[in-house]
Amino acid sequence: MSVFIIRRLLQSIVVIWVMSLLVFGGVYLIGDPIDMLINPEADQEDIEAAIRALGLDKPIHEQYWYFLANALKGDLGKSFIFSEPALQLILARAPATMELAIVASLMSIMLGIPLGMWAGLKPDSIAGKSIMTGSILGFSLPSFWVGILFIMLFAVMLGVLPAGGRGPTTEFLGLQVSFLSAKGLSHILLPAVNLALFKLSLVIRLSRAGTQEVIHQDYIKFARAKGLSERRIILVHVLKNILIPVVTVIGLEFGSVIAFAVVTETVFAWPGMGKLIIESIDQLDRPVIVAYLMIIVFMFIVINLLVDILYSILDPRVRLQDIRA
Amino acid sequence: MAVEDLKTHFFTKLGVVKAVNGVSFSVDKGEVVGLVGESGSGKSVTGFSIMGLVDPPGRVVSGRILFKGEDLVQAGERRMRSLRGRRIAMIFQDPMMTLNPVLRIDTQMMEAVKAHADVSTQSARERAREALVRVGIPSPDERLKAYPHQFSGGMRQRVAIATALLHKPDLIVADEPTTALDVTIQGQILYEVQKLCRETGMSLIWITHDLSVVAGLADRICVMYAGVIVETGATSDVLDRSMHPYTKGLIESVPSRNRRGQPLAQIPGMTPSLLNLPPGCSFHPRCPRADEVCLAEPAIAEPAGTGHSVRCFYPHLEQG
Repeated sequence: MSVFIIRRLLQSIVVIWVMSLLVFGGVYLIGDPIDMLINPEADQEDIEAAIRALGLDKPIHEQYWYFLANALKGDLGKSFIFSEPALQLILARAPATMELAIVASLMSIMLGIPLGMWAGLKPDSIAGKSIMTGSILGFSLPSFWVGILFIMLFAVMLGVLPAGGRGPTTEFLGLQVSFLSAKGLSHILLPAVNLALFKLSLVIRLSRAGTQEVIHQDYIKFARAKGLSERRIILVHVLKNILIPVVTVIGLEFGSVIAFAVVTETVFAWPGMGKLIIESIDQLDRPVIVAYLMIIVFMFIVINLLVDILYSILDPRVRLQDIRA
Repeated sequence: MAVEDLKTHFFTKLGVVKAVNGVSFSVDKGEVVGLVGESGSGKSVTGFSIMGLVDPPGRVVSGRILFKGEDLVQAGERRMRSLRGRRIAMIFQDPMMTLNPVLRIDTQMMEAVKAHADVSTQSARERAREALVRVGIPSPDERLKAYPHQFSGGMRQRVAIATALLHKPDLIVADEPTTALDVTIQGQILYEVQKLCRETGMSLIWITHDLSVVAGLADRICVMYAGVIVETGATSDVLDRSMHPYTKGLIESVPSRNRRGQPLAQIPGMTPSLLNLPPGCSFHPRCPRADEVCLAEPAIAEPAGTGHSVRCFYPHLEQG
């Protein structure tokens, strides 16, 4: 186990380093931030002073080494716009995104597994077919469009839920969260459902496929031959087997939920990291973009590791040493 | 326990598959009955019908399965569940597939205990342990905590047998439990099962395609072909004085030292599709003795008082 984790950490360092190269190079290509930052009426001298102040006069490899050296010290640069450390800026917004992502993931798990199992156990029933049809919609409707539709329906026409923003937050374990107050819940409901929709469909389809595969296995028949109740067979024998792929995908998808939150946060004006990154890209705020992408990469790596560890708990046949990382 | 004119059909899109088409036999207390036939002869479906575990689109369409005077075909799902694993147990063909890979052995055995007995976790574990000892598994405490993939095929089949024995059932339906095992392990399991049957007085239906397996094990043999039993009798009668041409063909196709150097005898043709059975005796297209008489349904003939019956117009009677 510890050998596995150490090897995995070493690989992660390489991945992060390669990623930093790509991100840095990519950001360099998308445009010159000076055009955005400087007053168009400024004269050449002012422009050059600003370029020097930001360190943009140096060749790119020097800029990169400077960035790398600082990054190793935990400093991912200062935002051009806010003149605040980029890392701090992003982390201040992270709880809002995290909360949204966690609520959305929980929704998709808690609804998706039962619905998927139902569709798998009764594939020919009306309910089973409706669930599967619904999951196709969840897959294929673009999430920004669904979000706008939600706002129109629930906020504008029915007027039951707020159209955007985070609403009042409550302090919980030192973090500001929405889900503890009724008002906060009403604010998080629409964006969370919007964000959950795609993953919900994914979980439904995975659970259904898993259920249909497992239900025909001999061990299920043997469990029946032992005289077990249908309830125990489904909740223990079937569920534990389908959890393996579902957990893997949900875990890996958690990173993409956070990344996808960009769209939802923009539609619902949710003050999270996603909204920040969109604004930063608009203004070519390089340090924030780079820091954001590095954080996302780091998160994916951590999540992958956790999923592998969880996997070995769920499936006794998997030993961590055997997983080729 | 008696099966009377059991018919289990599968209603598929292509038509009705008559997997079991009028099977009757009985098993006395403590008796071992071998149900022999090729793949697709309906022997496994007969076993699943007794357990009430025929998967859709199949179902028992008619007939009776009398277990201690109770008709299991009419019994509700609730009643069947209370019988399954308690009074009637089943062992499956592939020991690699019968244990849930993600649950520990103790979980899988203790849940079987608790399904029928209101006992504490501690005593459920104790009973699971005893059952493992009974089937000859060394260091049972350790083994209980293991997962199925940590066992060999033979060991897994022993665990499955131990699980089936937990409630000392009156009847065990064994569906080719040794087919997937090495010959040496097969011998051990056969010996073990025979011993357990004698000790506990339970009845056993042993489903197999291998005549040599049941030869040393069964008291009586039923030979199945295309959903019906074509010959029944005491093991020695069926093997030594077989009357049905199919049984004879089966016996002759077993390799033997006496016929070394000669081509292996085989039954010409293939088992018929159960969707589209030939009229009359299903075996007539492959039968060396058949003529137009065989296009009619043969009745069961039993030479007086032998308990050895056959479903054929032209049985081999000469050497009887």
